[in-house]
Amino acid sequence: MTGRFESVFLDVVTRAMVPLIQVFAFYIITHGHYSPGGGFQGGVMLAASIILLRIALGEESYRRFPREAGIWIAGVATLLFTLLGFVSILFGGNFLEYAYVVPGMDAVELRYWGIFFAEVFIGFLVWGALVAIYDALVTGGVEA
Amino acid sequence: MSQTPVLIPALLLLSALFSLLFGLRSARLGHLVAVLGVLGSFLTAVAGAFGVITGGEAIRYAMGGWIPPIGIELVLDHLSVFMTLLITFIGLVVIVYAPRSLHFEAPGKAAFAWPAIVLLLAGLSGVSLTGDLFNLYVFLEISALAAYALLAIGGKAAPVATLRYLIVGAAGGGFYLLGVGFLYFTAGTVNMADLASRLPELVENRAVVSAALLLVLGLALKMALFPMHFWLPDVYTHAPSAVSGMIAPIMTKVSAYAIIRLFLDVFPPGYFTEALPIASTIGWLSAAGIVYGSVLAVAQHDYRRMLAYSSVGQIAYVGLGIGLANPIGLIGGLLHMVNHALMKSVLFLIGGAIRLRTGVTRIPDMKGLGRSMPWTMATFAIAALAMVGIPPTAGFFSKWYLLLGTIEAGNAWWFGVILISSLLSGVYFFRVVEMIYRDPAVDPAEREEADAAGRERPPLQPGGEPPASLLGPILILGVAILAVGIFNVLIVGALLTHAVAPLGG
Repeated sequence: MTGRFESVFLDVVTRAMVPLIQVFAFYIITHGHYSPGGGFQGGVMLAASIILLRIALGEESYRRFPREAGIWIAGVATLLFTLLGFVSILFGGNFLEYAYVVPGMDAVELRYWGIFFAEVFIGFLVWGALVAIYDALVTGGVEA
Repeated sequence: MSQTPVLIPALLLLSALFSLLFGLRSARLGHLVAVLGVLGSFLTAVAGAFGVITGGEAIRYAMGGWIPPIGIELVLDHLSVFMTLLITFIGLVVIVYAPRSLHFEAPGKAAFAWPAIVLLLAGLSGVSLTGDLFNLYVFLEISALAAYALLAIGGKAAPVATLRYLIVGAAGGGFYLLGVGFLYFTAGTVNMADLASRLPELVENRAVVSAALLLVLGLALKMALFPMHFWLPDVYTHAPSAVSGMIAPIMTKVSAYAIIRLFLDVFPPGYFTEALPIASTIGWLSAAGIVYGSVLAVAQHDYRRMLAYSSVGQIAYVGLGIGLANPIGLIGGLLHMVNHALMKSVLFLIGGAIRLRTGVTRIPDMKGLGRSMPWTMATFAIAALAMVGIPPTAGFFSKWYLLLGTIEAGNAWWFGVILISSLLSGVYFFRVVEMIYRDPAVDPAEREEADAAGRERPPLQPGGEPPASLLGPILILGVAILAVGIFNVLIVGALLTHAVAPLGG
């Protein structure tokens, strides 16, 4: 399944569409905290753009987005999210209580940014995890 | 506000992620991080236990500062302290034991096994701690996903067995979630304490009745309550020993815990006993399961398969405690969770040590191991005595409480079932003990003779004690079986009598 479908149309359309999909995905992620959408939806779109590349371009896509990248992105994003929870404990709040993440800042503004960063981390986590699942499936589960 | 309730699962989650990060570079480093995380979580659970016992009341924790019932609540009370101590202790001992055994039985899979093991523990401790029915589902699925991944890395048959478990587990989770949905539509909340205050007005409501049945059905599937146990023997047989030694003792117990939690703290008193015959149904199914598991365990030749069928029988003791629905019987059932967890864990770990040293998994091939592995086999003998229920080992006391419970309930059938199953445990464990100590080891001449006669070769037994990293955890669990037996009054007095207080004991 890592081979490519030889087609000029597929090639051209993919190359044109992938950047648009990704920009729109980032838009959904970064506006998730006050409008419909959010980390999960945006992350799925990011993953879909990579999977489209995998299907259309074959081997070349693995040079641009290596096999190990998925699990790394997902792992690091989840780790940052968990650390966000621990930081609020350090400064006297409860787990994931964003109002305590940066001491001295306004609580309302902190909650705003807290949810924003949570959405960003979730978006990257979903992105990485879905690509990792796709890669594991097409390679028959052989680890990189 | 005390942070103990959240730190127990959160430290595990954090170390699972760091373990993955470091494990991608070096599996050894990943293991170290995982051990540190489980150790930290265990110490937090110990601190939490002191807090709950000295404070005398539950520590309630609002996640993210959102006040329950709007926010998610974690509750560290006597029952959940008991469960988290059990989970983190077994987790700590087994993860120290695991590296050599896992490298031997599933080469090259260890780097991804450590995060999964820690994630499994995080899910299970989360189930024990949460005060929210939907959150319980999430943690249950976290632990289940980690368990599927771990169980599937065993031998050739493991992925197929695990796939079956996955389908059954997903169905169980689905039933549970449907039940939670019914409750949410009827009562408008999924917080346990909030539900407990609202449900008494809704006892006649059909949606609540269906919810109770669906919740218990889903959890019973995951608990492997007879006749919903069919997925369990294959899964435990084919998984690596270290994984079976971690999952067999605590995974099914946590589902049993969830049923007990629903029974005691969510649904109104008497709802599972008088309004609906749920407790007695669980009790009768358990009684059947005890006999069935014990009889089939006697019939097995594979050591791990024997333990798996024995697990089907032993988890049913907890079900019997639920079925009795009187304080002393339920204390017996809860105490049996600890006892069986220690015994079954050490038995699987011993199986792993034997396999590492001699490559043997069939019981007839274990002849003469008593001489070459004296300490390991002494621990085996202790665990076998505990399984039969001989004082002063831990196994005796839980059965004693259960027997007192059956007398109080006036149920002669269940009394008989406990006695008969103890005898059957004696049959299948003393068979092994006899083979280990009485029969001489298979000698090379016998192998040649078998070759000449065209029979199957009896395996060689280089034997010798397993390395210290395996022997240490085995001995610790062996001592723990005796210690829990001798000091069971402390556990019962400090934690369990408070936990079963809703029954009015």
